[in-house]
Amino acid sequence: MTELSAVAHRAVEAATGAGASDAEAYVSRESGREVRVHGGEVESLTAAVQSGVGIRAWSGQRVGYAYGTDLSEAGVAAIAARAAEAAAVADEDEFASPPQPAEIEALPGLSDPSIAEWEPARLAELALTVERTALDSDPRLVGVETAVYADAAEQVAIASSTGVAGEYESSSCYAYLQALAEGEGARETGLGFGLARGPRDLDPEAIGAEGARRAVEMIGAGKPESRACPVVLDPTVAASFVGLIGAGLGAKAVQRGRSPLAGRLDEEVASAAFALHDDGREPEGPASTPFDGEGVPRRRTALIEGGRLRSYLYDTYTADREGVASTGSASRGSYRSLPTVATSNLVVAPGSHSFEQLLAEAGEGVFVNDVAGLHSGVNPVTGVFSVGASGRMIRGGALAEPVREFTIAGELVAMLGAVSAAGADPRRVPFGGSVSTPPLLIAEMAISGS
Amino acid sequence: MSELLDRDVAARVLARALANGGRFAEVFAERRRGQVLAIDEGRIESVQTGAEEGAGVRVVEGGTTYFAHVDGLDAADLERAADEAAAALKGDRREPQPLQARETAPLPISHRPEEVPAAQKAAMLRELDERGRAKGGEIAQFTASYAEARREVAVANSDGLFTGDDRTRVRIGAQAVARRDSSVETGSETLGGHRGYELLEDDPGQIAEKAAEKALTLLDAVPAPSGSMPVVVGGGFGGVLFHEMTGHGLEADHIQKGASVYVDKLGDRVAEPLLNAYDDGRLPGEWGSDAIDDEGRPTQKTLVIEDGRLTSYLYDHLTAERAGVDSTGNGRRESFRHLPIPRMTNTYIAPGDATPEEMIAEVERGFYAVSFGGGQVDPATGDFVFGVNEGYLIEGGKVTRPCRGATLIGNCLDALAAIDAVGNDFFMKTGMCGKGGQKIPVGTGQGHVRLRALTVGGTER
Repeated sequence: MTELSAVAHRAVEAATGAGASDAEAYVSRESGREVRVHGGEVESLTAAVQSGVGIRAWSGQRVGYAYGTDLSEAGVAAIAARAAEAAAVADEDEFASPPQPAEIEALPGLSDPSIAEWEPARLAELALTVERTALDSDPRLVGVETAVYADAAEQVAIASSTGVAGEYESSSCYAYLQALAEGEGARETGLGFGLARGPRDLDPEAIGAEGARRAVEMIGAGKPESRACPVVLDPTVAASFVGLIGAGLGAKAVQRGRSPLAGRLDEEVASAAFALHDDGREPEGPASTPFDGEGVPRRRTALIEGGRLRSYLYDTYTADREGVASTGSASRGSYRSLPTVATSNLVVAPGSHSFEQLLAEAGEGVFVNDVAGLHSGVNPVTGVFSVGASGRMIRGGALAEPVREFTIAGELVAMLGAVSAAGADPRRVPFGGSVSTPPLLIAEMAISGS
Repeated sequence: MSELLDRDVAARVLARALANGGRFAEVFAERRRGQVLAIDEGRIESVQTGAEEGAGVRVVEGGTTYFAHVDGLDAADLERAADEAAAALKGDRREPQPLQARETAPLPISHRPEEVPAAQKAAMLRELDERGRAKGGEIAQFTASYAEARREVAVANSDGLFTGDDRTRVRIGAQAVARRDSSVETGSETLGGHRGYELLEDDPGQIAEKAAEKALTLLDAVPAPSGSMPVVVGGGFGGVLFHEMTGHGLEADHIQKGASVYVDKLGDRVAEPLLNAYDDGRLPGEWGSDAIDDEGRPTQKTLVIEDGRLTSYLYDHLTAERAGVDSTGNGRRESFRHLPIPRMTNTYIAPGDATPEEMIAEVERGFYAVSFGGGQVDPATGDFVFGVNEGYLIEGGKVTRPCRGATLIGNCLDALAAIDAVGNDFFMKTGMCGKGGQKIPVGTGQGHVRLRALTVGGTER
């Protein structure tokens, strides 16, 4: 047993010793680095280690939670006692019972050794390459606000009084930049990014070039006229919307009447061109783990197929409430948070259209390359949204002049019904969780500009 | 602070941090405690407590900051962080200045929330639940939450500064879902402060009623209009408009990287002469207030716009050093796990002369945005958006129908210059502001404010 698993088992014993009828402990240790560069120089270099434990305690059908960073024997005992105390404050809930153990299949390949092998100087060079590639790519590129590389290597262990026990290691890294271009009296920004399990799989030139291209192509952008028209969503934008759909498929929101997809199981909710599944074991998926935040094995769950809603996502609590099986969708941001239902890796099925074919099919419309204000412009309960957008006009079936300062508005489920084609080339995007999606053609959306 | 960070340990840690050179070193130690409770479906759930402690050490040399953070506050933990931060430097040892303790008076807390039994907090949430649901049978769902957090911090740096702060914040929130046939609407409201449980001694149940009323009002809403029109923005959280369209662009890191539309605009007229605005980290009891910033500098009241002219940017230690000015006490960090960067505290437009009624009466056809769900800006381009969560049409000088699904969108400089009336009904509200992956509490405030024209992006067809 690793040291981390030992802490988890000790925490479970401490909580039951403090009066909990059942207990579960989730322990993590993470080491991470971050390099930020600006103007050809390293602006900051961060090295970090952090570890902590989160303890969920049941007192009959009441649940309490406590977390902390002190993993000493006395420290863990104090956290366990606080979890048991917290349970006494909660109200009884007939479906609050601890998860039962299940066979966990190992999931190799979550850790990349290149994380440990790359020294800070090499990581700094990677970030500097991102910046330099952008700056060298076009004379209208006047600066890079920041170029960043960051990584994390994490170990997780879980244990419970019902016999749940598991552990895994995983690693992740990403790099991004915000490029600044200037022209026609205005500044434009462009984001470029990449993510991988280790730095050897990042392509700094591609990341830098993407940021530069996105910034430069916005030069001279005007405001489009208000209209209703076909819209092509870039994968980065499609991912944000798909992430919101994923949130609405979580059984907690559904059961509590706070999802636009509540009560729609087996109904037609999307066009046949839009198929979606969640896969917590996808080898390349950044959210992949052998088990979820409460020790239930991860799996693949079909969500929308043939235009119909096939399943919601469940953790143990929401599954018990409906008498179904958990889909292994209990998620935690860290040891600081109670597990709650969330997506793992969402995957939109690619279609057969090349990007050019999507534009051709749109004819006259707008290509949306970026959206802003999602956290305030979308009502997750009703699905009504209106968000800021920028991109390019589509004229005669091809990209035309850049446009900005407009909004796209509608309703999430109606938008799924209006997907008329999916592109053939998916991209994995860390917006809205972990989402892999191709560009999508929406038959009609409301654009509000001048 | 002496309990959190011993002076001798701090001195030793700073000396180790400068072992391989560096012109500045700092140790930031922190103990965080918190409790959260929620009520949902009439049941108290999600009862959680947290306790974390740790420290961050940074060393600055040339244009580079070397930063390391660790969990734990034992001398060995802090030394480990110092060694880690110093590891990438290759210069000669430097000696820090002797530490001079400077006492800070934390904001007063009269009723420590951790001394209030959790059962009493649960009872308060039950009252919110009852009062929210009592607003009518159309309230289909109601949730409310309570959160308290205490952050004890200590800062020591190689310039000899040694100080600390003890910060307690309490916040409650309520969300209602109203349903009539197939239409569903939501309403939410919050109350928070850099205060103890005394914040809730007045009548916390009000926020439940307000959230429910908002949701019920929206059941009669029409889709929001689209297009450019005069916009009247409500008081309090309406100040998020100024926070996004001006505040972020004044943060000196954006300025120094050329990533703000306010670069080279100090002294320029950017708004009508009726506009005065401040960032004030010293407002008593406000959500964004602290006695010192997270670099140990006393917070201050900074005039950023005076009679329509831009008067100051917002600085932390490093950006002030680079600009050759004093820090404005805006160096803030989410926790010991983050580097301080220039951030707002409480940002607001000072009260004007107009009454809200007058401002609305002068609008033939426009939009009234009472409150926002939040907003976002790209400081480099100045493009911003705000999601409206309570909005109405203005027709013939009168507030008429409620609207759903509105977003305001525009560009900072144009929108700031378009403010043509400022109301006398000033108040502050709470917000959580995200920047560079760090979320911190900020206050926003204003009376009603009117913009001559702004784009409303709605769903009306």
